[in-house]
Amino acid sequence: MSEPRSQEGVGARLPRKEDDRLMRGRGQFIADIRMAGMQDVAFVRSPLAHARIRAIHVPEDLKGRVFTAADLDGVKPIRAVSGLPGFKVSEQPVLATGKVRQVGELIAMCVADTRAEAEDMAARVELDLEELPALHDMLDARKPGATLVHEHWGDNVFLESLVNINIEAAFDAPVKVSRTISTARQCMAPIEGRGTVVHFDHRTDQLVVHTASQMPHIVRSGLSECLGLEEGQIRIISPDVGGGFGYKAILLSEDVCLGWLTRKIGRPVRWLEDRREHLTASANCREHHYEITLYAERDGTLRGIDCEASVDSGAYSAYPFSACLEAAQVASILPGPYDFPSYRCRTWSVATNKCPILPYRGVARTGVCFALEVALDALAAELGLAPEVVRLKNLVRPEQMPFDNITNKHFDSGNYPEALRQALDAIKADAVRTRQLAGEPDGRRIGLGLSIYCEQAAHGTSVYSGWGIPMVPGHEQAGARLTPDGGLELRIGAHSHGQGLETTLAQVAHEILGMPVARTRLVHGDTAMTPYSTGSWGSRVMVMAGGAVATACTELAERIRRIGAHMLQARPEDVRLEAGRVIGPSGDVTIQQVAHTWYRRPQDLPADVDPHGLEVTAGYKPVRDSGTFSYAAHAVVVAVDPDLGEVEILDYAIVEDGGTLVNPMVVDGQIIGGLAQGIGTALYEEMAFDASGQPLASTLADYLLPGAPEVPMPFIGHMETPSPYTKFGVKGIGEGGAIAPPAAIANAINDALRPLGAEMLRSPVTPRRIVEQVLAVRASERSAA
Amino acid sequence: MKPAPFRIERPRTIADAVALLASGGDGAKVMAGGQSLGPMLNLRLATPDLIVDLSGIDDLRTVREEAGHIIYGALVTHADVEDGRAPDVGTNILRRVASGIAYRAVRNRGTMGGSLSHADPAADWVNALSVLGAEVEIAGPAGARRLPMGAFLAGALATALEPGEILVGVQVPKVPATARFGYVKHCRKVGEFAHAIGAVLIDPATGTGRALMGAIDAPPLVLADAATLFGGRIDAGFAVRFDASAANAALVAAGLTDAVDRHVHVEVLRRAATQAASLFTDTRSAA
Repeated sequence: MSEPRSQEGVGARLPRKEDDRLMRGRGQFIADIRMAGMQDVAFVRSPLAHARIRAIHVPEDLKGRVFTAADLDGVKPIRAVSGLPGFKVSEQPVLATGKVRQVGELIAMCVADTRAEAEDMAARVELDLEELPALHDMLDARKPGATLVHEHWGDNVFLESLVNINIEAAFDAPVKVSRTISTARQCMAPIEGRGTVVHFDHRTDQLVVHTASQMPHIVRSGLSECLGLEEGQIRIISPDVGGGFGYKAILLSEDVCLGWLTRKIGRPVRWLEDRREHLTASANCREHHYEITLYAERDGTLRGIDCEASVDSGAYSAYPFSACLEAAQVASILPGPYDFPSYRCRTWSVATNKCPILPYRGVARTGVCFALEVALDALAAELGLAPEVVRLKNLVRPEQMPFDNITNKHFDSGNYPEALRQALDAIKADAVRTRQLAGEPDGRRIGLGLSIYCEQAAHGTSVYSGWGIPMVPGHEQAGARLTPDGGLELRIGAHSHGQGLETTLAQVAHEILGMPVARTRLVHGDTAMTPYSTGSWGSRVMVMAGGAVATACTELAERIRRIGAHMLQARPEDVRLEAGRVIGPSGDVTIQQVAHTWYRRPQDLPADVDPHGLEVTAGYKPVRDSGTFSYAAHAVVVAVDPDLGEVEILDYAIVEDGGTLVNPMVVDGQIIGGLAQGIGTALYEEMAFDASGQPLASTLADYLLPGAPEVPMPFIGHMETPSPYTKFGVKGIGEGGAIAPPAAIANAINDALRPLGAEMLRSPVTPRRIVEQVLAVRASERSAA
Repeated sequence: MKPAPFRIERPRTIADAVALLASGGDGAKVMAGGQSLGPMLNLRLATPDLIVDLSGIDDLRTVREEAGHIIYGALVTHADVEDGRAPDVGTNILRRVASGIAYRAVRNRGTMGGSLSHADPAADWVNALSVLGAEVEIAGPAGARRLPMGAFLAGALATALEPGEILVGVQVPKVPATARFGYVKHCRKVGEFAHAIGAVLIDPATGTGRALMGAIDAPPLVLADAATLFGGRIDAGFAVRFDASAANAALVAAGLTDAVDRHVHVEVLRRAATQAASLFTDTRSAA
């Protein structure tokens, strides 16, 4: 690993500043906010997945404290439209009108002094619903004659897409392997759920919305559209956020409802999502289904990939990412880090009577990585080759960089084969395979699994403008200003929901200004105090806000230098800024002295001093905005108990290339947290629905998340191939940890079970699914014998 | 979610608790450690008018050791057993079970009596105390009575407690030094409710044994004479004769229709037997 440039600058393994408050329980989250006269809200939610609303009976004594769609004068539905051709628009009324299309859909809101009393009121609202057949299976929903979620569409497909790059040329390949692979619907499950506290400030004529959000500025735009307020009339404040993972990058109906309600009743109002609402009514993600075929030569060289992919998009299109975020990406990113000549992918974003599909760490990548990497292992097994042999045959090679792949993804840099080789070394693949041959004394079976992926991060205007969704990232801006006592304030419009930005962006500033990290404050999470930004998503903040902070600090450094030159009575070209001091031919002054002079003793400066002062807002885009390509190879060893289906992770190795690392400790934290979520996807997490569209997990007793005993401490190796396009060569790495584990773990399980004839192609790989397969194979062998 | 409104009383004696409970009729619920009732209240799955909180009744925290058995007060916590503050009926028998219940935070507050009264088929005490042949002590408006576990457990989440009755203690037979206890549960993750529990209490010295298969959406299936599982006799080499088909037949007879579930239950029981057998370090003395 490269040496840090200074003790606190880019590359320094600094403890996170924000942990001082967060680890002492002094963070300020939504639920910590108290306001005089604040009222709590509970919602009446649909108990049915699909029904026509005949009537809503609000008891007479609750009138004025219970509100339905009929009360919401001037409120528009949430519309998240994609500009992709053929996209069908769903309008999501913030309180249901006419029909309900998912369990948990909001029907009425109840206001009281406490949440418990509001729930008492909600229990007394009577719903007269005419139940309709519900769609819980996206493959059924695609069939002709299926019940329609949105009647005027004529079918249940938000968007269908097709990419075909000469697939016919692959059809004569000597080997063809096909698999049906799927990933479960999941919940994001940040430790803090959603929550909103809203009041109207008559002094500033602003609706002030405290909401746990990754993207305050986008929430403001969305609220403005729904509530008919000018954007300047809305101020979004996102305080400390306890994990987002994509769920807090969404405008929720609840936000809109409360924005209307506070003005209606003239009091601050609060809604705090509980875990049951989180699981059953909102936070859904991930559900993919693949029919994938690989065409190859006998040596493992890929000739082509043919795929049909469906994504269960749920009932509505979520703002701002839309209902086709996942499926539309699947077609473009399924090829992963491989170089092959023929490709076809058809995708469907399917409407069902379930919660809207929302972005979750890794977004479509976790699904495509699972599909492709599991299929590649099936191909390797078919060919009798080790899984790394097939991968090394096809991975893009370092000498091809920069590389445009078959779907025109522009790989900026990297050495993928080397990452895979290092991961194999780290996991001691040879020793594992020797042990595997020897067998285990306890009857369990050992398996080694690999997966490798690329993570396009911080993709900007050139990528998003084509999608035509409500949000397109442009130049990222940051503010940097010296305080009169010589401290530094940075302002960004993105937000930290646990990534350590208060530390890492201060490190970037330190790199340029020499400002101690302890004297740099990050101002973020408030639309009134920060420049516009699309926010924190897509592993973009270190690249984009980091680049913007560097740009702003560079301009600030120049201004400091010029004022310092005046103070040193030297020509500007003869002074330099170094380690927090302006150094001239015959003396030096500190940044603190420069700030003091500019703010407190302007009489000491000449009349012709640069009037712009010590506050800068600057914009930044990488040289190319098609995204940085970080990547990692994961290798895992598992022990599988074939009779009980229990899986134990014995060892886990990750070799990651995130370009230049601003703070390797923060990167390790991101990787470990992502790994935990990836293990959840692989083995535990599943939001199941019954045939009537009822969610089957309403508490964490039913929706299993990995806990500390289930998450091993991985080996993490870093390669650092700087991006040629970004400031310092950084790449986005926020999501990667969660992308590869499901594929690697499933491949390890399949490696363990292959001699028994079982193959797991569906996540999560549960004990039940393993035992079902093992018993089915045994039964068929018995009947064959 | 938050609970629906309810009244809560915290009596100091068992008699007062019984009287309060009787006064509340169907709308009254007993709370001990609150580890199951608390979430049920919050989810409004339980909406009692009155909660009788037993935590103020010191008599329910006592443990009495008598000839042949130990009587645990209903409020003895899982952690009391895990940490050894409450004596064990044998060497590392209840202690081992207690240490595997849910998470430590639950074990700190959760009680033996509360767990048994909740009667979740997948709960550890429901199963471990059944195979150990425990009896529960009950106080009620009509006086005290005692029931063996098999009679006490009336179904999934159902007991033989009559309105106004409270489980006040559990009498657990001591385990002879010659006997061995095997207890295995199958969970998807640490702390999760079990999907299958297998347990055996085997004493080759007397040639007797009990076995249990639990977490079957009904009270546990107890084989009071486990010899049928081991080729008709129990001796030091019993485990190698484990007869999966006999265990499977018992599950079929109990109405378990899912073959995969049955396979897992049988396999877990096999491992419980193997575990018990492996605890015989000196086969001569055991035989």
